[in-house]
Amino acid sequence: MGFYISYQQIISREIFLCYNTHEKGSANMNDNDTIVAISSAMGKGAISIIRLSGENSISIVNKIFKGKDLSKVQSHTIHYGFIVDEEKEIDEVLVSVMLAPKTYTTEDIVEINCHGGISTTNKVLELVIKNGARLAEPGEFTKRAFLNGRINLVEAEAVGDLIAAKSEKQRAVAINGVNGRLTKLISKQRTILLDLLANIAVNIDYPEYDDALVVTEEYLKEKLTNIKLDLEILLENAKIGKIIKSGIDIAIVGRPNVGKSSLLNAFLNEDKAIVTDISGTTRDIIEATTNLNGIEINLIDTAGIRKTDDLVEKIGVDKSKKIIDTADLIILVLNNNELLTKEDEELLQKVSKKPHIIFVNKNDLAKKLELPKNIKSIMGNTQELNGLEALKKEIITMYNLDKIDEKDSTYLSNIRQINLVKEALEEINIALTDLSNHIPIDMLEIHIRSSWEKLGILIGENYEDELIDKLFKNFCLGK
Amino acid sequence: MKYDIIVVGGGHAGCEASHIAGFMGKKTLLITMNKQNIADMPCNPSIGGTAKGIIVRDIDALGGLMGKIADKSHFQMKMLNSKKGPAVQSLRCQADKKLYPRNMLAALEETSNLEIMEGLVEDIIVKNNKIEGIILNNKEKIFCDALILTTGTYLKSNILRGAKNTKGGPHGEGRSNFLSDNLRKLGFTIQRLKTGTPPRIKKDSIDFSKCQEELGDHKYYTFSHDDEPFYDIDKQEKCYLVYTNAKTHEIILNNLDKSSMYGGYVTGIGPRYCPSIEDKIVRFKDKERHQLFLEPESKEYDEWYLQGFSTSMPEDIQEQMVHSLSGLENAVITKYAYAIEYDAIDPLQMKPSLESKVVENIFTAGQINGTSGYEEAAGQGLIAGINAVCKLNQTQPLILKRNESYIGVLIDDLVTKGTKEPYRMLTSRAEYRLLLRHDNAILRLRPIAHKYQTITDKMYQNYLNLVTDIEKLKKFLTNTKLELTNENKKLFIQNNYQLPPNKISFLDLLKRPEITMEFLNQFTNIDFPINVKEEVEIEIKYEGYIKKTEKEISKMLKLEEKQIPSDIDYQKVKNLASEARQKLEQIRPLSIGQAARISGVNPADISILAVYLKREYSKDE
Repeated sequence: MGFYISYQQIISREIFLCYNTHEKGSANMNDNDTIVAISSAMGKGAISIIRLSGENSISIVNKIFKGKDLSKVQSHTIHYGFIVDEEKEIDEVLVSVMLAPKTYTTEDIVEINCHGGISTTNKVLELVIKNGARLAEPGEFTKRAFLNGRINLVEAEAVGDLIAAKSEKQRAVAINGVNGRLTKLISKQRTILLDLLANIAVNIDYPEYDDALVVTEEYLKEKLTNIKLDLEILLENAKIGKIIKSGIDIAIVGRPNVGKSSLLNAFLNEDKAIVTDISGTTRDIIEATTNLNGIEINLIDTAGIRKTDDLVEKIGVDKSKKIIDTADLIILVLNNNELLTKEDEELLQKVSKKPHIIFVNKNDLAKKLELPKNIKSIMGNTQELNGLEALKKEIITMYNLDKIDEKDSTYLSNIRQINLVKEALEEINIALTDLSNHIPIDMLEIHIRSSWEKLGILIGENYEDELIDKLFKNFCLGK
Repeated sequence: MKYDIIVVGGGHAGCEASHIAGFMGKKTLLITMNKQNIADMPCNPSIGGTAKGIIVRDIDALGGLMGKIADKSHFQMKMLNSKKGPAVQSLRCQADKKLYPRNMLAALEETSNLEIMEGLVEDIIVKNNKIEGIILNNKEKIFCDALILTTGTYLKSNILRGAKNTKGGPHGEGRSNFLSDNLRKLGFTIQRLKTGTPPRIKKDSIDFSKCQEELGDHKYYTFSHDDEPFYDIDKQEKCYLVYTNAKTHEIILNNLDKSSMYGGYVTGIGPRYCPSIEDKIVRFKDKERHQLFLEPESKEYDEWYLQGFSTSMPEDIQEQMVHSLSGLENAVITKYAYAIEYDAIDPLQMKPSLESKVVENIFTAGQINGTSGYEEAAGQGLIAGINAVCKLNQTQPLILKRNESYIGVLIDDLVTKGTKEPYRMLTSRAEYRLLLRHDNAILRLRPIAHKYQTITDKMYQNYLNLVTDIEKLKKFLTNTKLELTNENKKLFIQNNYQLPPNKISFLDLLKRPEITMEFLNQFTNIDFPINVKEEVEIEIKYEGYIKKTEKEISKMLKLEEKQIPSDIDYQKVKNLASEARQKLEQIRPLSIGQAARISGVNPADISILAVYLKREYSKDE
């Protein structure tokens, strides 16, 4: 529990920094000076927390703290007192002292809990900086935790995800990653592979001794097939992980003026798109984000699709067609009050190849639309918010949103991780194929080892050169 | 007296080191306690074995003696793992313990620039941190520019049987009492290691009818790339297999406190891979029996070696243990098993050239470096010899990479990871073993040997001939197409092989897992030497695997190319874990690649180091 809170704090601090620091990766960044940042979200809540990390954390705060001598207190204790600027009391505070190495960064950490609102907090921060601390760079606490071996790359990545998390489910998945659930799962697979490798090695090095189990083709096939299945499940779950992480991109398409923008507004409950009754108002593609069962829904309103000579509108129409290709789900809006046009039919044809829902709008008006019998649709009208619930329910059913359980599943949370598992799986698949071709086990061992190594890179147990580049990229490490 | 190079110790490391130094033109002196014990085999009567057999091939390719002497001195030859893939096949011979040392001594006596003398070295002369010479126990001084220490188990050695502890080396020989202490004074870290050997049994006291025969292969093999076989495959000696039983285990468990190891009489650390029989029984309680092998030691005397029965029990318990074995009920023990403790240096104090970091121009090889095994010793001896010559010639040392030779793996492991137990080579230590095969040792290493001038012209010519033959055969296989006549089809159908397309080349056919060179020989006579055929078949059949390994090697070499400046101050690299910092300071790796292989240096430490190097040293780029 304590863990959880401390991560949360660090994360909210990093959100603050990511949004507030314009200068990324200053050239003279140093990895061993003492850094400071406000680690609670600014303006929210009565208490704000200022965190220091580094070997001078205690001595710096000691200079401005009236209360116990902090250099003499035990680790992981909290102390009451005042922050003072030369004799003048600035704020009544609680100060937590956490000594290296059992801290998030593995360095000495001091946290000042201020009570005096934004301006007082800023004043305390100024004082700390004046006394020798440096304002932290975005992601720097996490960078230190990584460089000091406190967290591995997967965990560091998960912290990055946490910073960017927008929905509750994203947050939960990211924390699973932070706590090393993924690491645990991957480690388990690696242990099985390592046992196999060791067994094969014994068979090679001690061919005349019957002391060890002989790895036969059948035995190897069984073991590898199990790993293959587990990795496949991990990759399958990654798809859910992607939904949790990136949400579902839903494109709303249809001829002009069938009510696409109205539908989007109804979804969002606000006037985000300009809604008029003049055809072709929405010339750009409007994106808005909402939340469905804790999953992020990215709505894309598209310019009405029709043949047009208006150049600006034409660009919008071309874009819309592209959106159909890239979106996860298409909602095709039709007008109940009009006959099915040739353009409607083309759209029906086009969306049929993708996950889609057909929403027949304006059911408050006379029914003129005739749909082919085999096409399912949802009736409604955006004026009275009719049919909206049915539409949401359909989306939930399509993506099993009510069944996604962030607690029990471990998701690969980025492309690097997914690709490494894919590569590891590929090695296992080759080994299985070669096994059926009776390639000697000591040769196809190279694939088993490769798979083991790739999983090791995933959890940061093998060194990979590219890691450094990744580090520089992900943690704004300077030039 | 003054020599270019002095070699101390006439074991397997010393023989190779002194021979190659003499061959390369340096005035060399080999000092041994007893000339008759040169190239002695105090433990198992065999040379080669898994991975070790490939070391012998590598030694031969590089100009060493071990393979050539073994070929002339054995009475059984076997290819281990012959049913497994080509990368793990390895030769082993039962060497004659009399003949091998005699043939080795003869070869050394023929070596140009090499003198052999008997003596016991007790101290060395160092001036300005550089070697000047040695001092014998009779106080005689002999001077040299480079010294190679190959002292084996003779540094302060103790022989242990139960509570009985005798000062001295194998065969009741003397030991060097002061050399290791004197080395310690110079700054060498000395560690205590332990190894052991099983009892020897009188041949005519064994009831062989109760033992299972173990025969040599019915196919000719040589370790050397330059010799024809000297033996007759039909006249090979047999070995035998016997098993321990419940009674043996009971005797051992009841007397455990009497063994030197379990009784607490031993301070040295023994090897895990070569456990004593009491270790095996304690550690694997569920196993009902353990395999033992009976191997003849020599044709000139009738002692047999009981492999797998190494023990430090007292003599009376050994009698009971041996007599509990089926076939050995009436066995006469001619030599009791013993454990031996000895001093060794910490190999982390050596450079990859095997030169010491402590004193300039001292090289070390073999058991003094913490290894175990005749082959491991010989491999290091050869490299130490070559590099002592290079040092005196002021040329680049020979540092074999992990993808070039088992000897490279061995030395890299020693100087990078160190060892706390006697180090034995295993195939699993070589991550690129697919390229470090028995069959291609000459292809891997002769060009290097030629460059360093460690082989004769004739030996280099043998390599060139093989390369030419391989090219010819590949061309032949590419140009020969299979006509899918009814007769030819039949051969495929008989074997349950899938029919190939008409006019497919032999080369493409050979890529199929099931098709062998032998099978193809039924269509057209492929008239090439057997070793050429084998080589080409492996290269074609396992092309995909070889390419994959080569890809991994190029990744490794990329890290190897990231040099760490020799003046780096690890105190300035902040955030390194303290264990990593200490290891890096001690080992001072030459590259990021080597640093990554140090145990205790984690990927995160390597990241930090790489970031530091990038920041500090890429400024001037």
